[in-house]
Amino acid sequence: MTSGLRPVRHAVAAHPVDFGEFVRGAAGLVVQPRMGFGSQEHMRAGLAATKRAEATTAGTITLDSYTRVGDLAAAERALRTGAELNGYPIVTHDRTSTRRMLAGIRDDGFPVQVRHGSATPRDIVSALVAMRINATEGGPASYCLPYGRTPLADSVRNWGEAAARFAGLRDVGVEPHLETFGGCMLGQLCPPSQLVAISVLEALFFHRHGLRSISVSYAQQTNPDQDREAVLALRRLCSELLPLDNWHVVIYAYMGAYPVTDHGAYRLLGKAAELAVTTGSERLIVKTVAESHRIPTIEENVAALEHAAAVARRTVPTGSARWVDDSQTYCEAFALVDAVLNLDSDIGRALLRAFGRGFLDIPYCVHPDNAGRTRSYLDDDGRLRWAEVGSLPLGRLVRGGRSRHITSAGLLADLSYVRRTFDAERTTPSAWGRPPLGCG
Amino acid sequence: MSGIARRPPTVLVSGTASDSHTWNLVFLQLLIEELGYHVVNLGPCVPDELLVEECRRLGPAVVVISSVNGHGHQDGRRVAARLRACAELAATPLVIGGKLGTSGLDDTERARALLAAGFDAVFEDSAGAVLDFRHFVQSIPARGPAELAPA
Repeated sequence: MTSGLRPVRHAVAAHPVDFGEFVRGAAGLVVQPRMGFGSQEHMRAGLAATKRAEATTAGTITLDSYTRVGDLAAAERALRTGAELNGYPIVTHDRTSTRRMLAGIRDDGFPVQVRHGSATPRDIVSALVAMRINATEGGPASYCLPYGRTPLADSVRNWGEAAARFAGLRDVGVEPHLETFGGCMLGQLCPPSQLVAISVLEALFFHRHGLRSISVSYAQQTNPDQDREAVLALRRLCSELLPLDNWHVVIYAYMGAYPVTDHGAYRLLGKAAELAVTTGSERLIVKTVAESHRIPTIEENVAALEHAAAVARRTVPTGSARWVDDSQTYCEAFALVDAVLNLDSDIGRALLRAFGRGFLDIPYCVHPDNAGRTRSYLDDDGRLRWAEVGSLPLGRLVRGGRSRHITSAGLLADLSYVRRTFDAERTTPSAWGRPPLGCG
Repeated sequence: MSGIARRPPTVLVSGTASDSHTWNLVFLQLLIEELGYHVVNLGPCVPDELLVEECRRLGPAVVVISSVNGHGHQDGRRVAARLRACAELAATPLVIGGKLGTSGLDDTERARALLAAGFDAVFEDSAGAVLDFRHFVQSIPARGPAELAPA
């Protein structure tokens, strides 16, 4: 389960291992940081430390925000003047030196994924294809609506082209892997059923554009029972709808306002690892103790990876057969996916029409192409509930939850619920269940 | 808002061109709506041209700019100059708030530079900022823009 289990290591520049196959074949939970540095030395050191960590790890190259928005001139200027970047400018660094940065680090036992957040990913994907970097992340809705103002129609077109271009790696014998970011919309306050639905729909979009190795995401929210229900619903919908075997689930440690205390941050991360193991999820993206106030160091990332792996090792998988039950989250997610798929035989057009009509509608997302008629809130147990369903096709499923007035003070309280709860108590908050043996 | 016959005046809320944060804007929208205004929220990453265009089109009672990425004091000064250059926006109450800088300049100097650039008030992230901002907005209909004093 630790790094000792890594298989044969050899150079992989021409034929890197399939990221999906690696994750699905790993003996335990694969843990991964969200790490990105501007310089090649720093990036290489971060990847090397991730690889050495006492955990089954995959590497991450997070790109800088200039590259994300396509401002390549600014990225080039920053490299030329030595200005600090908040990630690795993979399009701008010359390809030979990026290959050198990865040489001897990336291998069959340590695949590397590129993460960015761009709604205009053409240049990024072209660079990846040229360098045979075969794992990345994205989504026509999830990489568009939460950030910036790129019209959704443009993002759907851009991501369709990018996915097809990325899938073209198969022509040279390389299996490309694409992860949907759909389970993380806005990070917080999106009821889990819609996170699950968008994750599934984006996976279907990727499949339609030629990808055959896919992962679906889900970000830890505010109630562990509801989260478990959501991940099991996600697994069930994928097994029912995705016409392939090579898919897996990646859990994100909480993406909202993170605890500011070390004990709170570690305990919340531990809960994310438990969520992953008890739902049969295969991979976890960690967060660090520095998350609430600055970009974490390499050492803080390694500490987070090792803590998550240690919690995962002592957590007992409960078996995932329970998803045969029709949970509330499953029923809502199914209703959303079903309604969207019935809008158009083309999944891209279906997504566009769905957001246009409000069949998908992210609470509090102010992007011009989001209908903006839904609202959500946390109930007394920290469960995410619908306050307004707008035009979502959930009328018969969401009882009594309509038209609850959300105030600015209520919103602030909900946004800081997890931080407050985990910072306040030295022991794991009661709503989050008993801590596993040996943990605090 | 029920019972008020006339349509409430519009407040325009906007992020800056370089800032992709959303929750600050959502919070402000709810807060300002609670004070009885209609809010148009332009969202994050708003280019300067779009902000100017929307302000000219809507003629809002107040323009509220929020930034938390640390570039607010540069982005703010630039966009204030562009807004004030439009004759119809010369007297529109214009405020900015959030985490407006990283380090270096202290809050007072930063606020002075923003006021000089054309803002009527600056609300740096602090314990009393929300209350001060609320008071500012509540005072708008009572006094003319020309009398607005910096916070």
